[in-house]
Amino acid sequence: MSDMHNPVPASQAIIRTRDVWKSYDNGAIAVLNGIDLEIEPGHAVALCGPSGCGKSTLLHLVGGLDLPDRGTVTVKGEDLSKKRDMVHFLRHEIGFVFQLHNLIADLTMEENCLLPAIAAGRSRKAAKERLGQLAVQTGMQDRLHHRIQKLSGGERQRTAICRALMNEPSILLADEPTGSLDERTSGAVFELLLGLTRNQGVTLLMATHDRGLAQVCDRMIEMHDGRICEER
Amino acid sequence: MIFLKLIITNLMRHSIRTVLSMAGIAFSVAAMLTVVTILQGSVRMFSGILSSDSEMIVFERDVSDLFFSSVPADAASRIAALPTVQRADPVLFGIVSSAGHPIITCFGVTKTDARLARASWVAGDPGSFGQSQGGIVLGQRAAGFLKAGVGSTVPIGHSSFHVIGVLKTANGFEDGGVFMPLGDAQTFFHKEGTSSVVTVKLRNNNDAKAFKESVSALSGNLIALENEEFSHSYSQFKILKATAWAVGGCGLLLGGMGIANTMIMSVFTRIREIAILRVNGFSRLQVGGVVLGESALVSAVGAAAGLAAGSALLFALKNISALDGYIDATMQPLVLLVVVALALVTGIAGALYPAIYAMRIRAVEALRFE
Repeated sequence: MSDMHNPVPASQAIIRTRDVWKSYDNGAIAVLNGIDLEIEPGHAVALCGPSGCGKSTLLHLVGGLDLPDRGTVTVKGEDLSKKRDMVHFLRHEIGFVFQLHNLIADLTMEENCLLPAIAAGRSRKAAKERLGQLAVQTGMQDRLHHRIQKLSGGERQRTAICRALMNEPSILLADEPTGSLDERTSGAVFELLLGLTRNQGVTLLMATHDRGLAQVCDRMIEMHDGRICEER
Repeated sequence: MIFLKLIITNLMRHSIRTVLSMAGIAFSVAAMLTVVTILQGSVRMFSGILSSDSEMIVFERDVSDLFFSSVPADAASRIAALPTVQRADPVLFGIVSSAGHPIITCFGVTKTDARLARASWVAGDPGSFGQSQGGIVLGQRAAGFLKAGVGSTVPIGHSSFHVIGVLKTANGFEDGGVFMPLGDAQTFFHKEGTSSVVTVKLRNNNDAKAFKESVSALSGNLIALENEEFSHSYSQFKILKATAWAVGGCGLLLGGMGIANTMIMSVFTRIREIAILRVNGFSRLQVGGVVLGESALVSAVGAAAGLAAGSALLFALKNISALDGYIDATMQPLVLLVVVALALVTGIAGALYPAIYAMRIRAVEALRFE
């Protein structure tokens, strides 16, 4: 299957999955059925497919939140199932953006974004400087002290993007990042996401239903029933 | 700072629940502080009676209550004659009753007793004590509640006594008590020729060990202890102190259960949020720290409120005229420290299960059920 999907040399792939299988409820619900995938650093890759085809599960496995039943997930040459310090991995290599922004509504934009940086042990000053840059790049510099409740859907997703990029991860995993936004805002947020990841050399792996947006990415992978069935 | 903000934010989300938990701890702390302080004050006052101008106390070996102790008069005389002894005061304790007052402490003392010498006489002549049969001296508070003064006749038990003086002492028990000449008290309580204890002032404090040995040699039935040693070993004091801490501890346990309930609810209602924190790089320890931090904050604020409430209650009790002198509301720094420490430990212990639960939340499972 890997031949079919333009494999990159092992040394170049930042994300590599080999024959990855995943099921839930003791095998009753098969979600991933032998996924082979390689992604080069700095590329933006869209995962498309109907709900339940395994896009989110694949993102979770690549992000180290779960382990496959079979097969290996390798990030930057390291097999995640053998990785001991997953917290360090999550802090420094991975950023997550979700469909529902998953921000803490009672905190301000600034406080939400500082959370991962402070958790990672960054100084408050350095974290604020980083946030200042991201806020300018996302056009959120005037919203830093606004509570999440007061922000629009697009602003919330921009905040989520800032938070995901706070620790300068090498991989950004986005699960339907524009799924809850209207068409216009969706386009703007996607453009921002793509622009930021390209500018900063971040690898983007994004699950989306929006083929229009997916086509703008470097690669578009179509999934069905837990398998990769087509790639462009 | 951001952790503190997160902690405060979580608590503010359910402010009523948080306030109720704080109130639980506050009431527990106030109850423990009040009960322990009052009972320790009682112990202190009783110890004060025994240690009045003395360093040692001699009593019957192996008695659980000093009211049942019998020190023969000849032993008291031989103790007073020991070379290490400067003065020895035999005291007979008894409980008497009068109309409407079922419990009045009675002290059978000699006319040279340190307790009488130390007290300030409000009325009557100190020289008249022990001069006449049936003449008693009342503590000032006892005179108040018995509505008696010098010249009055007071019915006590099945007898009547003539009041020859009223004195004021700093000790609440003494101030609410009756002083009888030792001989009269022995007759009244059918304990002729004995006293409950002998309080002893030594010529030299370093003679304590030698004095103890002398008393043992004098009579195998008697034991001599230094005042502090007695306070620590006397079983009645131990029971009182243990009761105080047990009652307070039960209160604190309830407060801790309140915290546990609050924190369990708090964690269960934000499983997804905890999962997001984990995805954003929070370690298990950091997640647990947030939960324990919430509990510690609730406990700390509750303990502070409890200290304030307990202090106010003690102040009020101290100033109730009916209890005048009976309550020693002096708060001991160690008690304050222990009560606050127990409140914090209880609060944190109550949050252990919720914290462990939060630490074990698997982000991927919480995220799957969006």
